Amino acid sequence: MSDPVSALKNIFDDTGLVRVSEIGPIGMVTLRGDLSDKVLGKAAVAAGGVNLPEQGQCNTEGSQGIAWMSSDELLIMCPYADVHARLADLQEKLAGSHALAVNVSDARAVFDITGDHLREVIAKLAPVDMHPDQFNGTMFRRTRFAQVPAAFWMPDGRSARIVCFRSVAQYMFDLLKDAAMPGSEVRHYA
Amino acid sequence: MSTRLATGGRLLNTAKPLNFTFNGKQLRGYEGDTLASALLANDQMLMGRSFKYHRPRGVVAAGPEEPNALVNLGSEGRFEPNQRVTTTELFDGLEAASQNHWPSLEFDVGAINTHLSRFLPAGFYYKMFMYPRSFWKHVYEPFIRHSAGLGKAPKARDADTYEHFHAFCDVLIVGGGVAGLEAARTAGRSGARVLLLEQTNHFGGRAPVDGGTVDGKPVDKFVEEILAELSEMENVQLRLRTMGAGVYDHGYVLGYEQLTDHVPENAGPRHRLWRIRAGHVITATGAIERPLSFAGNDIPGVMLAGAMRDYLVNFGVSVGDRTVLVTNNDNAYLTAIALKHAGLDVPAILDARVLPQDSELVAQARALGIRILMGHAISAVKGGKRVTGIAICSQAGEGAVLEEIACDAVAMSGGWSPVVHLWSHCGGKLRWDSKRACFSPDVDNPPKGADGVGFVTTAGAASGMFPLDDVLHDAHAAADGVMTTLGFKLPRDISPPNAARREEAPMAPVWMMPHGAGAKLREKTWLDYQNDVKVSDVRLAAQEGFVSVEHAKRYTTLGMATDQGKLSNINGLATLAGALDAEIPTVGTTTFRPPYHPISMGAIGGGARGATFQPLRRTPMHDWHDANGAIWEPVGQWRRTYAYTRGLESTHDAVMREVKNVRENLGLLDASTLGKIIVKGPDAGRFLDMLYTNMMSTLKPGKCRYGLMCNENGFLIDDGVVARIDEDTWLCHTTTGGAESIHAHMEEWLQTEWWDWQVYVANVTEQYAQIAVVGPNARQALERLGGMDVSKETLGFMDWADGTLGGFNCRVYRISFSGELSYEIAVDASHGQALWDALMAVGADLGVMPYGTEALHILRAEKGFIMIGDESDGTVIPQDLGLSWAISKKKDDYLGKRAQARSHMADPERWQLVGLETTDGSTLPDGAYAVGEGTNDNGQRNTVGRVTSTYHSPNLGKGIAMGLVHHGPDRMGEVLSFPGVDGKVYEARIVDPVFYDKDGEKQNV
Repeated sequence: MSDPVSALKNIFDDTGLVRVSEIGPIGMVTLRGDLSDKVLGKAAVAAGGVNLPEQGQCNTEGSQGIAWMSSDELLIMCPYADVHARLADLQEKLAGSHALAVNVSDARAVFDITGDHLREVIAKLAPVDMHPDQFNGTMFRRTRFAQVPAAFWMPDGRSARIVCFRSVAQYMFDLLKDAAMPGSEVRHYA
Repeated sequence: MSTRLATGGRLLNTAKPLNFTFNGKQLRGYEGDTLASALLANDQMLMGRSFKYHRPRGVVAAGPEEPNALVNLGSEGRFEPNQRVTTTELFDGLEAASQNHWPSLEFDVGAINTHLSRFLPAGFYYKMFMYPRSFWKHVYEPFIRHSAGLGKAPKARDADTYEHFHAFCDVLIVGGGVAGLEAARTAGRSGARVLLLEQTNHFGGRAPVDGGTVDGKPVDKFVEEILAELSEMENVQLRLRTMGAGVYDHGYVLGYEQLTDHVPENAGPRHRLWRIRAGHVITATGAIERPLSFAGNDIPGVMLAGAMRDYLVNFGVSVGDRTVLVTNNDNAYLTAIALKHAGLDVPAILDARVLPQDSELVAQARALGIRILMGHAISAVKGGKRVTGIAICSQAGEGAVLEEIACDAVAMSGGWSPVVHLWSHCGGKLRWDSKRACFSPDVDNPPKGADGVGFVTTAGAASGMFPLDDVLHDAHAAADGVMTTLGFKLPRDISPPNAARREEAPMAPVWMMPHGAGAKLREKTWLDYQNDVKVSDVRLAAQEGFVSVEHAKRYTTLGMATDQGKLSNINGLATLAGALDAEIPTVGTTTFRPPYHPISMGAIGGGARGATFQPLRRTPMHDWHDANGAIWEPVGQWRRTYAYTRGLESTHDAVMREVKNVRENLGLLDASTLGKIIVKGPDAGRFLDMLYTNMMSTLKPGKCRYGLMCNENGFLIDDGVVARIDEDTWLCHTTTGGAESIHAHMEEWLQTEWWDWQVYVANVTEQYAQIAVVGPNARQALERLGGMDVSKETLGFMDWADGTLGGFNCRVYRISFSGELSYEIAVDASHGQALWDALMAVGADLGVMPYGTEALHILRAEKGFIMIGDESDGTVIPQDLGLSWAISKKKDDYLGKRAQARSHMADPERWQLVGLETTDGSTLPDGAYAVGEGTNDNGQRNTVGRVTSTYHSPNLGKGIAMGLVHHGPDRMGEVLSFPGVDGKVYEARIVDPVFYDKDGEKQNV
């Protein structure tokens, strides 16, 4: 097998209000099923290496974690190299139940943005209340960035990780760069 | 003349002079000036020409309500027409040019229209340009287009950038005057998140101009203190140069921030559109002064009294040396008093009222020695490009001139109207306030949210409260009430500030001056300055039966200009009410619609321009295609390669080469964009049997089947190959454009109709790069990669298998859309380019060439395969396309089955799919219709069929086509005529749609 290539080959830009970098690829598995089911819960925790998140939240630890996507869907994250093994293990544990687990690692592009203005950069693109009192901690949001679907969370106070579809990676990169244009500070949360 | 005074100008920084040009003339102003104040300071009273009569016009207001003074601003990439001088901040190097005149502002040929105005009454265009009909296009339209228009359209690409910002707050306050500030302070004290927007570059509104004291201190001191207090509140955000543009459902408000209009050299976006979700909206938008309707009220030098006070106090500008004030209220006396204090002459105040005794302001004016004429009015203003004097008459009469007074400016005030626009945008109702003669918000009928509770509250002058004390108390009470509604607690000890009260005499409504003005005066009395609508026009409209205010507005164009009738609205409908002998409230207002004041198209578009105009979807091999001569074709938001051109090769030649090469050697197609949806669960088979017209539940694992999908109306919506992965898992391929919509279609049925079926779906389209390896050498190429058995015996036609090829983990589908030996190989997208490279390498001596979508289309058309979007158009059912074989007769039901049984769907008269072959080998024009006998009810020739796909086939050396033809399959061999738009008539014979390898031997090797 060749070395996996992410959509933008880990491009980055640090000329604006935030540093934008494409990272990955990251291992991702979509798991659909009854989230209250104990077997599914245990299997998911084993695959994601963290506790199950509450509604609208994610639990992450380095490159692994679990995000709540909807009332019957989780996103399990892990190092890209581990995804086939973790998926196989997950599928085996769920063999007897009605659930769907598929690899979506390659269907995604992942961006990290860091810097003091990241909250307003996101608020320019996504209809999300980015006030520190309103979006914080382990919150995970499925939303849109301008014209494409995306999800994001803030692993720490100074950075955000954004996931979108692979095919629109360039669009997302351009959006983030534009929104971080020097001179475009909003200073709304100051 | 208008000039800058030696003193005054509270907003000016006279230490910083600025240079600017008007019509090429070098002029000078100061930091803090608006373009209006700077022009007036340079005695440039004439600023533009009116729309219809090309009348000379000067500035009449000092804010966004200005109807006259619009200019072309900037040049090239920063050129913008119709910019209001009153809302344009002066900056160094500003270039402005007046509009709507030829050849020059001072001498305008179009001004002849003013002498023709008797012949250009309301509805002139409707009456004049009706007949003859043949003149519409070639005479009237060019004429109207030539005459119409204010500013010029920009020609260069916009040099600036724009952006959006999503903001959220508990309370949004629109307006940073004293009412807005007081509301913000009250709301802020409760701890709520407060956002306040102020459209100008300074807080305080007009209170500091009008003066007064609050809690014993001058009002400007009060503003300073409240601002200091607000800046300490972390939960309160204030934004200058940001206008509340529109209020929409669910507390959604658009704000328009002008970031660099006043500092064009600064980096960053020019405008920012604020997309705000507010728990509650407080509109502290103030009030707008109304003009008075007298003859010649549009002559430059006639100005609103409040505006004249603004120019004097804010900018140190005197509009004239001798100003006559004409009013129906006390407030306007402030202007006369201010002018007098500035050392300027006020020869007379004409007060339409007759007061039994002098009120406080009247007494003040009288004490200053101003001559006050009660019960008097202006009969006519003298002058052309500038006021030279006025003729006085009594208000009660018909305008007989009693006296003439020389003056160079007229300050007028017809009373004040609350700015109710934002209140009204989302359905807030108005009530007529007969005491102040204005429409005020009807507090019992606010715009309501989803919970039935009002979500907009007005504060201060916007509520119809004009004295300063009332303004502050109203704002305080408004915020207090809103906070209680929202569940916030206010500290107990706070009370509203108290302003010193002044006793004012009541205003008197005056809608025509003088009251009995005859036709001659009415014809010179302007209501809507920008669109040149006069009192006589509105009366004519009423006389001609336009009794509804909305009809009269459109007939006369009253209030339809870029100022949206901010000055003319109330005067116009009062005039209409007068003409109809109706009460003003029964006539009602026209509809207030966003935006309050024009906002830039750039702000609306935001960041969506250039690279981010629209998302452009790229496959993992996109860059390779781009580097290898790809001619791009948009397919949905994807870019797919139409053809790969080599060197100077034409696109057509490339397509022909690619098509032949697939049939003769080996072609590679990037099929990654095709939709891939996993469907899994105990009920997945039953679910797919409902979605597809044919049976999918009986498919064996390891096998593929082509399927058709219809909507519940029976029409074909998608097609593709379905592979059964295991006992309860299927993978459905969709069309490129259908991936998202079919995924959503599946979810909708699962969530709303078959919610109890155990099925999960996942769209994995982008997980895989999928490459079609097609042609006689396809197997050999894969064998060279090695790793899995791809022989006919192990991997037969319509089989699939997982395995490795050249070290790549992949899934190989033995499916064909070309009729050739064909494999589609799916790998994880992150390895797509590497697999493509490997295939190009092993195929090098097998004649490998990439091929694009046009070759794909020709290959499938040669085989008579349909294409969703070509053969189908939303009105076509599978039965029309000879696809009955793909419709299961055994199934009880599938989506579309019942619809397809309806009489019209089962009608043998429906057009049916056939092949078409031109008699001379040429290619039929796409979309051409076959003509039949006779004509239809519209006198058009009857049609009997149409072309759905048409190509030149290089393999067959002739044009081939598919089409839908009436009784088509029964008419094999018949020749039809297809008139083309090129004037030629194409003759084509009806044939079998399968042109190439009818028995399918080539794909089955």
